[in-house]
Amino acid sequence: MFGSIDPALLLAALMVNSVPIMLAATGELVTEKAGVLNLGVEGMMIMGAMCGFATAVVTGSPLLGFLGGALGALALSLVFGVLTQLLLTNQVATGLALTLFGLGLSSLIGQGYVGIKPPATGKLDLGPLAEIPFLGRALFAHDWMVYVSILLVAGVWWMLTHSRAGLILRAVGESHEAAHALGYKVTRIRFLAILFGGAMAGLGGAYISLVRVPQWTDGITAGAGWIALAIVVFASWRPWRVLAGAYLFGGVTVLQLNLQAAGSAIPVQYLSMAPYLITILVLVIMSSGRGKAALNAPACLGQNFHASR
Amino acid sequence: MTELLRVEGLTKAYPGVVANSDVSFAISEGEVHALLGENGAGKSTLVKMIYGLVRPDSGSMTLRGQPYQPAKPAEARRAGVAMVFQHFSLFEALNVAENVALGMENPPPMRELASRIRAVSEEYGLPLDPARMVGDLSAGERQRVEIIRCLLQDPKLLIMDEPTSVLTPQEVDILFKTLRQISGEGTAILYISHKLEEIRALCDEATILRRGKVVATCIPREQTAREMAELMVGTVLTPPARSGRAKGAVALEVQGLSVASPIPFGTALKEVSFAVRKGEVLGIAGVAGNGQDELLLALSGELKSAPGAVRIDGAEMGNKGPNDRRRAGLVAAPEKRLGHAAAPDMSLVENALLSGVVRRGLAHRGFIDWAAAEAFAREIVQTFDVRTPGVHVAARALSGGNLQKFVVGRELSQSPSVIVINQPTWGVDAAAAAAIRQAILDRAAAGAAVVVISQDLDELLEIADDFAALNGGRLSPTRPVEGLTVDEIGLMMGGTHGMEVAHHGH
Repeated sequence: MFGSIDPALLLAALMVNSVPIMLAATGELVTEKAGVLNLGVEGMMIMGAMCGFATAVVTGSPLLGFLGGALGALALSLVFGVLTQLLLTNQVATGLALTLFGLGLSSLIGQGYVGIKPPATGKLDLGPLAEIPFLGRALFAHDWMVYVSILLVAGVWWMLTHSRAGLILRAVGESHEAAHALGYKVTRIRFLAILFGGAMAGLGGAYISLVRVPQWTDGITAGAGWIALAIVVFASWRPWRVLAGAYLFGGVTVLQLNLQAAGSAIPVQYLSMAPYLITILVLVIMSSGRGKAALNAPACLGQNFHASR
Repeated sequence: MTELLRVEGLTKAYPGVVANSDVSFAISEGEVHALLGENGAGKSTLVKMIYGLVRPDSGSMTLRGQPYQPAKPAEARRAGVAMVFQHFSLFEALNVAENVALGMENPPPMRELASRIRAVSEEYGLPLDPARMVGDLSAGERQRVEIIRCLLQDPKLLIMDEPTSVLTPQEVDILFKTLRQISGEGTAILYISHKLEEIRALCDEATILRRGKVVATCIPREQTAREMAELMVGTVLTPPARSGRAKGAVALEVQGLSVASPIPFGTALKEVSFAVRKGEVLGIAGVAGNGQDELLLALSGELKSAPGAVRIDGAEMGNKGPNDRRRAGLVAAPEKRLGHAAAPDMSLVENALLSGVVRRGLAHRGFIDWAAAEAFAREIVQTFDVRTPGVHVAARALSGGNLQKFVVGRELSQSPSVIVINQPTWGVDAAAAAAIRQAILDRAAAGAAVVVISQDLDELLEIADDFAALNGGRLSPTRPVEGLTVDEIGLMMGGTHGMEVAHHGH
């Protein structure tokens, strides 16, 4: 049944497929580590997809396109930041509204861009590495954004575990009262985390419209933002697990598409369901195995902070 | 001794309340200076100004002869001022070293920091493992983290905001030894507390605040605790009067009560037996975590047991829930005010209703009688002198002491026949504590059977007729308070049990 599927191509497709979710989830991880629950990932991703697409088409440069995507989503996250951090609105409701707003706004801006092809994002030339049999085709023949996304995960991991900035960020998410008492600017730090989360979601969204699809249609993110949110939780807020979760989800998605194309005996509906089910199942098992992992959630997640005195 | 810090004419007003008005005092190097006052006297605001968390409206401070105006805590720390907070400013999911690093201006790399933490903790007799998660530490150990965080920065002035309120007597001894060592090295300590005996034992000088103003300065060793309490409150305190009460029939009987603890890391109750007669007060002592919370849950009905294990007026109640027990005449006030005794975001009226609905008949055929509920809340506020803008404010908005008066008053106002209270005066100032104790004695005089669980031995000796101690979930035999010596109490509390934590590493 797997006979007609080329493992090297499968691995290659998996890496490309996972990038948007990985980027968005990494950004959301940083936001949540600071204690902010932003449910607007889907809305920010699609704004990133739209703005990235438009910028790339207008300027002809994919690099500027990604930048534009990040900025577009960052602008939307700025709205979220002002509402939740300065005006102290409910984070859950604001996040949901942000998603609806992002979907609508992107659709409006995107009217004139349907059916256009964006400039191609170049493959990164890794020279001799790409010549290695099997691995070369599977791992080293991708566009540069694939590698950037992995570097970003590594960078976030290093920042959170090894740097003072990361320690302060975690402290703010753990107990905003205590952090405030020690003199840390809770609201400012959370604002920066929200903006980072927005920019990362925007990069993820832009990757969908510029590389993976690549074109613009309404609702192009198709729920990727929600998967990113789920992966953050089930990865128990650990960057490398987010990467693993994104690859797992991307892998099963690619596999089931291949199986469908190969005319598998399993009904299509079950195959389409598979990525969601398997990802959640595996990550649940991973996070329930040890008692400690479940405790990794930031204690102040979703709680607003107001310095009373 | 040379002068370290001088505070002159500090004033800070918040909308509707002047927290500090023209406060002046001075601390010398190596001096242990007490800041005394009731809840809301302005002690916390004052130290927050010294630590740079709050900016004064007017007034000036000088530190070692230099003008001192910290705009933020980081500046205060740089100037050599460190603070140990009342509610610990710690992060449970981070380890000891990370917590220490967060409180420092320029922390060294983690590995070096860990070895410095070990060195300092050994030097001051406060053993601590830098790699442990703070969430796993006891209250005493958490405080060590805070103190060591301060000591690592070589402070000139150490501010301690009610450091002993969460400690066992043994941990208090260790803390005092450490503080004496620190002050002996020339560091001044500004010590805030309600506990007058502690201040007499530790402090060189005391500044007493009342309603934001300095009302007196004294040398604590030369005053009695009573004199200081009266300076603090501004009126003459009357100790609770115990009238000769007639003891009636047994109202609450507990027989072989054994239940597992629903609290993580809690202590199971093992074969607890006692009986309280009408008009009698039973005091139950013990170091925190020896089954006090579980005993309250088992008596209030939140934790069910075998039917015969708990009897109220002879009726089997062990398998009945809280409302059935309330109907039978038992009321209970737990230790944790916010989240257990009161719902933080609900109004005082709603909170009064929640526990009073059964015995006060505040609902008819499933409909709430809001007028009666409000009247009940007003009655509690008036009778127990709860300071609040009104009965429709959220429970969260009340200060700890005022909320304690409210939740204790709410239970006592239901004409109960059995009263169970855990830590009735925890975090409450002297005047309010005296009022609460008097109210408890009044109910006993009216014929109620009372069980008071407390870690404050003085309180128990003051109000209880009989005395027992919880130790590892077992209750000692009950003894009359009269004629009981401190040594006997120590033995009942189990000697060394539960104190290994405080002593390990010595």
